Amino acid sequence: MQAIRTFWKNNWVGYFFLSPWLIGLICLSAFPMAFSLYLSFTQYDMFTSPNWIGLGNFTEMFQDRKYLNSIEVTIKYVLIGVPLQLTFALCIALLLNRGLRGLRVYRAVYYVPSLFGGSVAIAILWRQLFGGEGLVNEFLASFGIEGKNWVSTPDTALYTLIILAIWQFGASMVIFLAGLKQIPTELYESAKIDGAGRVRQFRSITFPLLTPIIFFNLVMQIISAFQAFTPAFIVSGGNGGPLDSTLFYTLYLYQKGFTHFQMGFASAMAWLLLLTIAFITALIFVTSGRWVYYQE
Amino acid sequence: MTTIRPGRAALHVFIIAGCLIMVYPLLWMLSSSFKFNTEIFSNTTLWINDFTIDNYIQGWKGVSGVTFGTFFLNTFYIVGMSIIGTLLSCSMAAYAFARLNFTMKKALFAIMLVTLMLPFHVTVIPQYIVFNKLGWIDTTLPLILPKFFAVEGFFIFLIVQFIRSLPRELDQAAEIDGCGPIMKYIYLIMPLAMPALVTSMIFTFIWTWNDFFSQLLYLSTLSKYTVALGLRMFTDSTGQNSWGAMFAMSLLSLVPLFAVFIFFQRYLIEGIASGGIKG
Repeated sequence: MQAIRTFWKNNWVGYFFLSPWLIGLICLSAFPMAFSLYLSFTQYDMFTSPNWIGLGNFTEMFQDRKYLNSIEVTIKYVLIGVPLQLTFALCIALLLNRGLRGLRVYRAVYYVPSLFGGSVAIAILWRQLFGGEGLVNEFLASFGIEGKNWVSTPDTALYTLIILAIWQFGASMVIFLAGLKQIPTELYESAKIDGAGRVRQFRSITFPLLTPIIFFNLVMQIISAFQAFTPAFIVSGGNGGPLDSTLFYTLYLYQKGFTHFQMGFASAMAWLLLLTIAFITALIFVTSGRWVYYQE
Repeated sequence: MTTIRPGRAALHVFIIAGCLIMVYPLLWMLSSSFKFNTEIFSNTTLWINDFTIDNYIQGWKGVSGVTFGTFFLNTFYIVGMSIIGTLLSCSMAAYAFARLNFTMKKALFAIMLVTLMLPFHVTVIPQYIVFNKLGWIDTTLPLILPKFFAVEGFFIFLIVQFIRSLPRELDQAAEIDGCGPIMKYIYLIMPLAMPALVTSMIFTFIWTWNDFFSQLLYLSTLSKYTVALGLRMFTDSTGQNSWGAMFAMSLLSLVPLFAVFIFFQRYLIEGIASGGIKG
């Protein structure tokens, strides 16, 4: 009894302030996660009670053409989009970091697409830009090149979404700029005295000292790219077409869970997504020892 | 006397050209929203031959009698409540982690960091099922209520970092003056942590405004629609021949975001640069 009383006396203030988060953690994260893990082994349509089918959802998944296709589409999107986006972000950050006048204005302009990019409005704009009569084709026509409807051609539809992702490089650029400011200028001065050129300075000073930030950006962008949803949904009109070429993983999950009400299957998909993201993050962390340089 | 170095000038030209390519689609949407539909496709420059605000008038009428006024009010309501909930719950948790002592503090903090990485798809299905059982589908409760339970761990982390940087001497002075932990939270820490709170507010605003998935999931009655849902419905219902109105409404939907960006640019940029918040 006494022990409980002292425990309460020492802790009640802390737990009082923590209570909203703690309730949220239990009710909105922990319990739902356990519940969805359970559901992933069942068949459940929300009207009848869940029916245990063991690994049924997982075996069904890997025979499902559409599912395998959605993995391929998502991996393409991540593997092409993220590196290109980060490369752009780094290059522009390097250009802007040379003591230019008007840096703040330039930074703001390059950032704006990141601010708007995830919205429905921009997805609508994109559908027009890359449509048959879109701005891109008008531009190409002025060079005598005949375009096509990029959004409704299966081979190119995904690339319009990748361009949309690259267009939003501003947020990563802002993080790179902050990182570049942290590099002590004395390093460059002594490098210059030693006769190192621009390229050499980048390879021996800038890049190594920036690797922690590159690492951070890489992890964050991969996590968010795997979860991209709105652009694919709006640009394809909600179905991931044409011919499922923009059927992102999350879009298929949405269709399975909330239009076909296969909640068990969708839960299994969600858990595989979680495991994939966890695995890739862990992989980057483990290999980071080889290429990320931490200053003492 | 300053001399203009050709290398510098070339660099400026290059960067400005880049800026133009980046914002050209946005500027084009802006200028198109003031053109007649026939002109939008015959004239792809930013120049407007025949100025009209008809697109805004037609667009504002919205879908089947529900105007964009309703969509905007609905969105502002959800955004406003989300901001209140997030600031309250996240600042409380952050204060506990940064300034108070309790059992399992380190473990709980680690758990909080792990939840930052969780894709929300893992929780969204069970949440939907439970909200459905409670009869909350097609209400704003599933969109607002979780915000009062600090589901956005990013902000806890951000505010914790900020509170940790405040000098401890202030706490001691307040304690000598007889301030208990609750008074200290209200009168000392919260006012000092204002910059971190403003950053959290701005990002809650942007994320909630741009959120589409959960709104799509939970709202189904047209009169409860947000701007994002209204826009999507509008594009589906008006079809190909009214790009002007579509652009006009798309543009209006970006105005609040742009306003936040203009007024709070410093907080926004710093939030991204230091807190590691996704922009």
